[in-house]
Amino acid sequence: MAILSFSRAINKALSDMMDLDPAVILLGEDIANAGGSFGATRGLLDRFGGHRVIDTPISEAAIAGAAVGAAMSGLRPVVEIMFMDFSTLVMDALVNQAAKARFMFGAQCSVPMVLRTPHGGGLNAGPQHSQCLEAWFAHVPGLKVVVPSDAASAYALLRSAIADPDPVIFVENKALYAAKMEVPDDLALSLGRARLARQGKDATVVAYGAAVHWALEAAARLAEKQIDIEVVDLLSVQPWDEEMVLTSLAKTHRLVVAHEAVEAFGVGAEIVARMADIGFDELDGPIVRVGAPFMPVPFARSLEESFRPDADRIVNAVLRTLE
Amino acid sequence: MTKRKAPPDPMELLALYRMMLMVRRSEERLMGLFADGDVPGFIHLGIGQEAVPVGVMSGLGPQDTIASTHRGHGHALAKGLSLEGFFAELLGKDTGLCRGRGGSMHVADMSTGMLGANGIVGAGLSIALGSALAHKTLNRDSISVAFFGDGALAEGLAHECLNMAALLKLPLLFVCENNGWSEFSPTSRQIAFTLEGLSQAYGIPYHSVDGNDVEVVAASVAPLIAGIRQGGGPIVVECHTNRVRGHFEGDAQKYRDADELARLPEADPLRVAGKRLADLGINAAHLEQVAAEVDEAIEAAVSLARQSDLPVFSAAAADVYTVEQVL
Repeated sequence: MAILSFSRAINKALSDMMDLDPAVILLGEDIANAGGSFGATRGLLDRFGGHRVIDTPISEAAIAGAAVGAAMSGLRPVVEIMFMDFSTLVMDALVNQAAKARFMFGAQCSVPMVLRTPHGGGLNAGPQHSQCLEAWFAHVPGLKVVVPSDAASAYALLRSAIADPDPVIFVENKALYAAKMEVPDDLALSLGRARLARQGKDATVVAYGAAVHWALEAAARLAEKQIDIEVVDLLSVQPWDEEMVLTSLAKTHRLVVAHEAVEAFGVGAEIVARMADIGFDELDGPIVRVGAPFMPVPFARSLEESFRPDADRIVNAVLRTLE
Repeated sequence: MTKRKAPPDPMELLALYRMMLMVRRSEERLMGLFADGDVPGFIHLGIGQEAVPVGVMSGLGPQDTIASTHRGHGHALAKGLSLEGFFAELLGKDTGLCRGRGGSMHVADMSTGMLGANGIVGAGLSIALGSALAHKTLNRDSISVAFFGDGALAEGLAHECLNMAALLKLPLLFVCENNGWSEFSPTSRQIAFTLEGLSQAYGIPYHSVDGNDVEVVAASVAPLIAGIRQGGGPIVVECHTNRVRGHFEGDAQKYRDADELARLPEADPLRVAGKRLADLGINAAHLEQVAAEVDEAIEAAVSLARQSDLPVFSAAAADVYTVEQVL
């Protein structure tokens, strides 16, 4: 047990897995000498050497494509893509190569690679350095998508992602990197499983990543009004824990889904659609989504503040479903 | 580099001839099966280009890996895929190497180091790059080969891969099969540079090879492969060859000049190797015997594929990804 920030937890997970398995290597821009744009790989070059912690040129497509070929040839590469916005440049490697290999080669091989990448706003980084694009990847059969919500879940899930035989998109919220907490060494989390972040009885809020913290803040405010909400921290977006969400809905009969990504055609839409189908009989109110408006992430502080979802919007959404 | 090995070994050349013929007759058989509707989807034939995969593969062992293209039948068979598994895959059968999920454009066999044909132009370069990285990182005595067409040179990914292979000094042989055509357009109208100039820009040794002469291809790549295996870093080989059929089977090639098409038979790699074998004392009857054996093997594979079961949908659905590993 140690008190670690989110980025140190990532660092520890990488380091532990590299100790455990010589096939684990790191590939990315500025990850070796510079230690990564957000410091997640700091110190690993000294510890594991340049043959396992590899600074690449600014060639996202080749980095990701190489990770696929390396994963098919005995390595377990962990790629860092500096901002999730840059994942547009790795789409062929992920969508047409990594996602398909197990299936289209008749399960002769799998592609045990992880692509780590930060999403989210709050840094006034503007339209090309702030997006949450996880829904794109969740839509592609063959990819797994994980979004931890804190240092402990990041530590546990990254180890699971590296050990997993399939390609995993591991999404880190930039606003969470500095947040510290106790991280148990032995915490084990399975991909595809959610966790109950707060028990409640009046409504369920399903969230992932930074939105989990907004949901918990909303829960505290609603508690002052004697409204007791349950918060499900999804942790994995693909596959996602349908069972836990349905169980919670069956208990509270009201559902809000919240994420930082644009609301339209998002992860929330999938969860809502499934629950409106398999959970229809449990619903006592409309299902409400909370997400960013349908616009690029704006730069100016005032604009970005209005753009990003927050606890207030979740409070309002819960009140709406309880009306 | 257009040197042949001297003195030539007729038996070695005969083995290369036999494999080229295996590729040729297999593709000719596929043409018929495709026309009859037994092979679904698209197929892209490499008729006229057989000397490149067969010549290059003669320098590789089972521990070496290759990444192929959409025109990958020759790479697959020359790398040692079973004819039965190959035909069953192209006919969409459960006994296919990929259980009928990939077909012509995705035929693969990990056990022989064939990391897959590829439906995306240029993508194989990055797969081969990564495989070379794995060989180097895990201290294997293996090399990786990226097969790609001249059309792929217009893809940005190809440039990224050349650069990264040079920077990381990877055990990677880049083999450009230059047939002069980028799908339906002449490559001369697609790229503003030469591969030789490009290789020089990336500091990668470059060799131009007559890709219609299997003896030349084999003799040219053998020392290059040995050099890569010893840690010399990547090398580019450009094999000049001809695509006889259309971009895909069914393409009438109305965009091609009749004179160009008329010149193709002379450069046919089987004709070139056949003449050479005759000069070395292998008589026509011997070659006919080889052809009969090849045809017999192909017919047996096709017949087996036809009798094989269709793939099972639920088994395909179970291979999208591994289901949760509970911790």
